[in-house]
Amino acid sequence: MTSETMTAPKIGATGAVEPRGAKPKKLTIARVGVYAFLVIAALFFLMPLWVMIVTSLKGLPEIRLGHLFNLPAQVTFEPWLKAWDTACTGRDCNGLKPGFFNSLKITLLSVPVSIVVAMINGYALSFWKYKGSDLLFGILIFGAFVPYQVVIYPLIIGLSKVGLFATLPGIVIVHTIFGMPILTLLFRNFFASLPPELFKAARVDGAGFWQIFFQIMLPMSVPIAIVAVILQTTGIWNDFLFGTVFAGRENMPMTVQLNNIVTTTTGVREYNVNMAATILTAAVPLAVYFISGKWFVRGIAAGAVKG
Amino acid sequence: MSQFAQGSEAAVSAPTQHPRRARRKFNVMSIVGTTPMILTAVGVFVVCIIFSFIWSFTNSKLFPNFNFIGFDQYVRLWKSDRWNISVGNVFVFGICSLGANMVFGYLLAVFMDQRIQQEDLFRSIFLYPFAMSLVVTGLVWQWMFDPNLGIQSAVRQMGWTDFQFAPLTNQATAIYGVVLGGVWNGVGVTMAIMLAGLRGVDSEIWKAAKIDGIPAWRTYLFIVLPMMKGAILTAFILQCTGVVRVFDIVIAMTQGGPGIATQMPAIYVIQYITDRVNVGQGMAAASTMLLPVIAVIALQGLLQWRSKRKKEKAI
Repeated sequence: MTSETMTAPKIGATGAVEPRGAKPKKLTIARVGVYAFLVIAALFFLMPLWVMIVTSLKGLPEIRLGHLFNLPAQVTFEPWLKAWDTACTGRDCNGLKPGFFNSLKITLLSVPVSIVVAMINGYALSFWKYKGSDLLFGILIFGAFVPYQVVIYPLIIGLSKVGLFATLPGIVIVHTIFGMPILTLLFRNFFASLPPELFKAARVDGAGFWQIFFQIMLPMSVPIAIVAVILQTTGIWNDFLFGTVFAGRENMPMTVQLNNIVTTTTGVREYNVNMAATILTAAVPLAVYFISGKWFVRGIAAGAVKG
Repeated sequence: MSQFAQGSEAAVSAPTQHPRRARRKFNVMSIVGTTPMILTAVGVFVVCIIFSFIWSFTNSKLFPNFNFIGFDQYVRLWKSDRWNISVGNVFVFGICSLGANMVFGYLLAVFMDQRIQQEDLFRSIFLYPFAMSLVVTGLVWQWMFDPNLGIQSAVRQMGWTDFQFAPLTNQATAIYGVVLGGVWNGVGVTMAIMLAGLRGVDSEIWKAAKIDGIPAWRTYLFIVLPMMKGAILTAFILQCTGVVRVFDIVIAMTQGGPGIATQMPAIYVIQYITDRVNVGQGMAAASTMLLPVIAVIALQGLLQWRSKRKKEKAI
């Protein structure tokens, strides 16, 4: 009873951020049911991660005995080394290592380029509209819903005409193009929410397009830029389709290489190596997720909001 | 009225000495700055789509050409088993995964909203799969669904010896295996968006419902749910774009198999522009994929136009 009377005023005071809704009673059957549901759901979500980890630490003979969920009787790190260094994709046996560095290159270049481009777009669309700028934005938002397959082939032809197909700059351009709708929306909404006096005052002082951008808008948009970085880093690292089509053999990203390692094995299927490779590929976005915490959720929600 | 408006506009722009000239100059910078956007919007989302559409009426094979053959590619498309199965699959996949995603997403959000201990921990657990790529998701579930060493065998070893759970090996059930993987990956996002929506509902509603003696579950289902249209729509649109694009998870999990049981339109297009070297056919499929998007946009435009007309009439 006391807990109920104590929490009641807190609900009103803290507003929408704090948990609310049906109030907690003492340990009733309903409460037990709530936790039972959540724990079972949590087990379902954790099961694949658990299976990945234990499988990657088992030797092949032990895996063949079944017992998917059991801890390894004998822990071995061999599969991890093999996945990283010597696992084969077709004729090359260099493991995931080259894919990791390719993904690193692609991500490190694409993230800043796509974000800077989108930031300028959002800034121009909020403060420096020109004839047709709203129409362009409308087309861009339409682009967010277009299935990629509709534009992929002409884009291949266009990029090969200028000699960028299957090159590193090519894949960076592709990521910039397809990240642009959501990111531009993100930045436009952010800049539109700033007080217009800020911009007007700078204009009165005689500052121009780039001056206002670099001296006022850029420093202010750090929080939203962090959201964009999280969104793009995970998105580009996890990309598979563009990597297969546009990156070419030299720049094949980690996800594509992982899929090749797992699906084109000749002879014995090494489940433990496959699972170690899978964890290695998921490691970077998972690290981003756990480090960024609530920013991650904010990024998804912000990206999903419609214009 | 119009004179007054003009006057106020002039007053606003007064501080700059030469408003007209200044404005023109800065517009140039604005256009320069947004060149990538202009190129993307026009060059990719208009010109590329037009070219896809044009090539869908040609007999392009390895390289695109302009030998027009009318609707032949579309006729061939809709006669193809592979395509018809793909279209059926994307509907089954879409309806099942959207349904499961929204229902479980809301359910999880409601349970998370019960002032529980360790809310952040549960949230992290429900959401972490989304940080992993769909390729990773597909490969993990493929391993768990392995008929000889996966969940099926593990449960049998625990004593339930005729336990059946290997959806990917059966043509009729493979698509539901993919649905399960997809829902596992994405339901946490729906939960997070719905939870934010739940917390945004006015607390007075809860007090009023309590006074009226309405049980909590009915409040959640019949009062709060209709009030969260924004959150529901956001989650729904996010999942919808994923459904039309579904590609990675199928490639990783089943490669479209067994047979062609889990083929998808997105895979069909890629196959025809790569391995099957028939660009015309691929472009016909791609242009067809655009239809639902255009239908939705047209519908939205119509609704907007009608509500605008209604408003005008009211005035």
